[in-house]
Amino acid sequence: MASVTFSGVTKRFDDVVAVNALDLEVADGELLVLLGPSGCGKTTALRMVAGLEEVTDGDLAIGDLRVNDLAPKDRDVAMVFQSYALYPHMTVQRNIEFPLKRQGVAAAERSSRVLEAATTLGLDELLERKPGQLSGGQRQRVALARAIVRAPRVFLMDEPLSNLDATLRVQTRSDIVAIQRRLGTTTIYVTHDQVEAMTMGHRIAVMRNGALEQVASPTDLYDRPATAFVASFLGSPGMNLLAATGFTGHDGTPGLRAAGAELPWPDGFSRQPSGDVTLGFRPEAASLGSEGLDARIILVERLGAETHLICSLADGERVVVRQRDRQSSHQISDHVRIRIDTDQIHLFDAESGLRLGEGT
Amino acid sequence: MPPTDLKTPATTRKSHRRSRLILRYVLLTLGAVIVLFPVYVAIVNSLLEPSQIAHQPPPLFPLHPQWNSYSRAWSQGSLGIYLRNSAIQTALIVTGQVATSVLAGFAFAFLAFPFKRTLFITFLATLMIPFEVTVTTNLSTITSLGWFNSYAGLAVPFLATGFGTFLMRQAFLQIPRDLREAAELDGYGRLAFLWRVAIPLARPAIAALAVFSFLSSWNQYLWPLLATGNDNSVRTVQIGLKQLLNTQLDQINVSLAGTVIAVVPLIVLLVIFQKQLVRGLTAGAVK
Ligand SMILES: Nc1ncnc2c1ncn2[C@@H]1O[C@H](COP(=O)(O)OP(=O)(O)OP(=O)(O)O)[C@@H](O)[C@H]1O
Ligand SMILES: [Mg+2]
Repeated sequence: MASVTFSGVTKRFDDVVAVNALDLEVADGELLVLLGPSGCGKTTALRMVAGLEEVTDGDLAIGDLRVNDLAPKDRDVAMVFQSYALYPHMTVQRNIEFPLKRQGVAAAERSSRVLEAATTLGLDELLERKPGQLSGGQRQRVALARAIVRAPRVFLMDEPLSNLDATLRVQTRSDIVAIQRRLGTTTIYVTHDQVEAMTMGHRIAVMRNGALEQVASPTDLYDRPATAFVASFLGSPGMNLLAATGFTGHDGTPGLRAAGAELPWPDGFSRQPSGDVTLGFRPEAASLGSEGLDARIILVERLGAETHLICSLADGERVVVRQRDRQSSHQISDHVRIRIDTDQIHLFDAESGLRLGEGT
Repeated sequence: MPPTDLKTPATTRKSHRRSRLILRYVLLTLGAVIVLFPVYVAIVNSLLEPSQIAHQPPPLFPLHPQWNSYSRAWSQGSLGIYLRNSAIQTALIVTGQVATSVLAGFAFAFLAFPFKRTLFITFLATLMIPFEVTVTTNLSTITSLGWFNSYAGLAVPFLATGFGTFLMRQAFLQIPRDLREAAELDGYGRLAFLWRVAIPLARPAIAALAVFSFLSSWNQYLWPLLATGNDNSVRTVQIGLKQLLNTQLDQINVSLAGTVIAVVPLIVLLVIFQKQLVRGLTAGAVK
């Protein structure tokens, strides 16, 4: 087991910068989720740890060892591929056993370890089958078993659940978490599914355009997003973001003007010299009332336990309001007023998107 | 709609499909008869007396088969020696071609190296050069190497083929990149991956290549004729048949018996490998 450290790691493909000066430390025994939209460089970062992609710049270390120039087989990492990458001509038994054979593990120990890994994943009945005779979920488990049987220092998983149906995904998700917690193996888990990220990771590293936006625990990430991008990427639906301007009222108290309405300046955010900020609030921090932002409902999504009202503000910006009330009587094209809970407001710099600092 | 209206078109469609099936079988049978007839005549004639063969119309069934034509072909034509020589030459060529094609195809499919494209196109270009064009150069090369009238001289010019390289490259390209990377992480280097994963997965293509190279080297005529001497020490069976024909001009049945004997190994091979052969040929065609 070991930590994984990226120090200014950059990966360039000709003129594409896939990963840009990434600084990130994955602690020993941690499950870190790499989260971000398609093309942000998650897979590339993972493949660099595996040694399948060369590091263009910076240092990559596993434990105390710089691994930039180490061959994949010498890194003692196991990877679960999105495609599972099972060897089609081998039985489940032989697939799981394959890495052990190379390590020269004796036959008796090999089969006991294979059986243990297979039992952990409920595959012990399927050992004689070939991958072609397995369902998608079973193949996925074989791929996991092949990774855990080696007891490697690091697990790397690239969207391992994306080919499973929704039910199976939820179940396998918790299985992976349970196995990871039990083995305590350092794991980097790539996904673009923020629910997976929130439920699985000790910490989540959000990437965007090859760079790290923020790394924090799931709750910190949700409650204190460091950038407007993180705020809008996490949560389903994500945080509402509005352009706003700070002003000072006649009595000297600072305020915020957004979408034609005025709000008191929220506590805990320093003032912006330019006055321009991005105002963020989660759908659950908004409610309909007799005062607030003028809006018109353009879509009502009833999800059962809750209802999402998608509203259009006077200036055309969209805002989502989450209602716990399943009997919501609101209809499309109703005119409503949206009240924002000022305790749950986030402010970001309008230009850089960075969260405004503490202060007054 | 009344049921009769529904039934009629369905029945017509069914009988239509049936008649097309019948037509297809009739055509295939006809083709098979046309292809097999000369073979049949050869077998029949090998069992007739020479005088019967000359008879008009020639009998199409040997009422009194003369099996001794086979033993005469075997002993008078020294077919045992020729068959052995052919077997050795063919074994060398098949082994060599499969080995070089697998390695070269693997390199073209999986490795990155300078001038890969150019080199591959050069390999393909060799497919367009008929063997006859290079035959004199090859002959002077093997003679100057002292390989005239030897197995080396018979086999070495055929140990590598552009066709085989191409076939194996295509087969290896079907193997997903993830598999190679998974093997790499599991600790398997290039050659171990080739041996444990790529070759087992490319088995149909390898079998097809082996059969093709068996057929073409077994049926070689020009090269063994030029590259071997008269002492029969390495002469192959096709040349032997020609000699048998020359020495038994009046015994056409014996020559035909020899021909039948020489074809038996091919038939056996085709029967054993026919499944792989078809699979190898169509592999990659549909994806
Ligand atoms: N082999 C390559 N050659 C050139 N560009 C590449 C290569 N691999 C990735 N890229 C580019 O690098 C960027 C990051 O790709 P990467 O696969 O890491 O994204 P990702 O975050 O995993 O996306 P996804 O969620 O869609 O899998 C993309 O712009 C991609 O086009
Ligand atoms: Mg990816």
